[in-house]
Amino acid sequence: MSLVEMKGIHKYFQAVHALRDVDFHVGDNEIVGLIGDNGAGKSTLIKILSGLFPPDGGEMYIRGRKIGPKRYSVKRAHSLGIETVFQEQALGDLQPIWRNIFLGRQPTNALGLLDVRKAREEAHYVMTELMRFTGAGMSVDAPVRHLSGGERQGIAIGRAMYFDADLIILDEPTRALSVKEVGKVLDFISRIKEVGKSCVYISHTIIDVFNVSDRFVIMDRGEVVAERAREDASEASLIDLIRNTRT
Amino acid sequence: MEKSHSESLAAAEKELENGPLKERLAKKLSEHRVQVAVIGAAVLVFGTFMVLSPAVFLRPRIYVAFLSTAPFFGIMALGLTLILVSKQIDLSFPSTMALGAFVSASIFAATDNLLLGMLGGMSVGAVVGVLNGILVTKVGIPSIIATLGMMFALRGAVHVLSDGMSISLTALSGAPLRNVFVGMSPIGIPAQSLWFIGIAVLLWFLLFRHKFGDHVLFTGDNESAAQMMGVNTDLTKTLVFVILGVLAAFAGVLDSLRMLRWFPTLGEGYLLMTFGAVFVGGTSMFGGAGTIFGTFIGTFLVGSLEAGVIAAGLAGFWTRLFVGVLILVAVTIHALLSRR
Repeated sequence: MSLVEMKGIHKYFQAVHALRDVDFHVGDNEIVGLIGDNGAGKSTLIKILSGLFPPDGGEMYIRGRKIGPKRYSVKRAHSLGIETVFQEQALGDLQPIWRNIFLGRQPTNALGLLDVRKAREEAHYVMTELMRFTGAGMSVDAPVRHLSGGERQGIAIGRAMYFDADLIILDEPTRALSVKEVGKVLDFISRIKEVGKSCVYISHTIIDVFNVSDRFVIMDRGEVVAERAREDASEASLIDLIRNTRT
Repeated sequence: MEKSHSESLAAAEKELENGPLKERLAKKLSEHRVQVAVIGAAVLVFGTFMVLSPAVFLRPRIYVAFLSTAPFFGIMALGLTLILVSKQIDLSFPSTMALGAFVSASIFAATDNLLLGMLGGMSVGAVVGVLNGILVTKVGIPSIIATLGMMFALRGAVHVLSDGMSISLTALSGAPLRNVFVGMSPIGIPAQSLWFIGIAVLLWFLLFRHKFGDHVLFTGDNESAAQMMGVNTDLTKTLVFVILGVLAAFAGVLDSLRMLRWFPTLGEGYLLMTFGAVFVGGTSMFGGAGTIFGTFIGTFLVGSLEAGVIAAGLAGFWTRLFVGVLILVAVTIHALLSRR
């Protein structure tokens, strides 16, 4: 049984047919590299999977259970163990790090009042233990706009790690990162594999995807055009697949 | 595990706190620079008044007068602060104030029950908030246009429903319940200012210490990020409009209770005063940040200008000029401070 199974997914944005009959699945403890050129529909597909918006057609199963699109949402995805690190990073620039980490699932008491102490302590743990931030004097109270591109990505990934998901979706996580920071992200993906969890890794940097993925799904203009197990693929063959679809 | 997290944060903070005193002070100041600026403005304005007319401004009476009049728009300014933090705007609240107080006065006239009237008036305020929220989030009209329409529509409705006539509330003169809301409290300050303080404290907790406030901050800061993390931003915006609607109706009830009469023009002078209080206080229109404390002080700054101008021996015409200058100066200072 797959962890996630999407069948015959369609999505329209006004007149644009953004996804056409897409089948996609993720197995247990599997790292799936989702690749394709810009505008292929990768982000649209994972935004449906992460509950941000519903598909206009098709079916979705999580651990074999059918998901009604009307009742699916980001909150529901979180509770089913699906975490997404969006390309846009989804951070509030003016808000402190601790508020960003717990956005949408703040530790509160019965009245809904925030447990600020707990949130700040756990945010500190995410920064120092999970992400191993070493920035001198970096405080959990610092607003996110003061952070570098890599640190911002670190907050977004650390947040996903902290909530201990079964499936972590990373959309272009290495974009705008330094070489060293890219290494950190790839280490993190390897760790997902080690602890038995699954991951969907979206990128158009084939070298990065190739080194950590078990399987590759290639998309073009809203369709899945090819699938390759790692054993049957090489970096060159994947690049060819992406290029050949653009004719 | 939990314990070690708390120890590790404590250790890290200790390290920061052991820095030189000058640096720590500078950090605290920069964290609270908006509040410091608004306190500075208050000291400057009241200091000037004290110099120009010491006979008035060095005696407590004038301050009791401010505490009596400022809360009516101050209560709305607190609600408006939340609106601006969520990156929305509301122009309809002065009309909501009149409509809520009208419904309240009408129910009271019919039933002789003030609490029932207040409940009815504030419910109407909530309904106005829901309508604003639906127009903005579901129909997709920018809030400045939706609430402008609402402002005219509600004011028109108030005139039509009341036939342009005021409603007397003199039956409530001396009623103990009236004293609870607008009487003189045992500690010698008007009851409405205690309500103002209470609502300010409540909204501070709501905005900065409650899950809902977190959603308001992020909705104004980065709406799509909030949605990606599972926040229902449409609901959040609607609730913020509801809060201001209820507070406007409440302020309208207090104001008509104080005058013992409801007027169809109630609230008409309050639109700019209320915005002035929020902007002078240091909340901007950019969303994602705001200060309840600033609005609180800003209310008294804006509310004191008229009395201050007249006590200083100038004609009342000067008041608007001074309110305008105060807003411009305060907003300039806040803009310069936030650029760093």
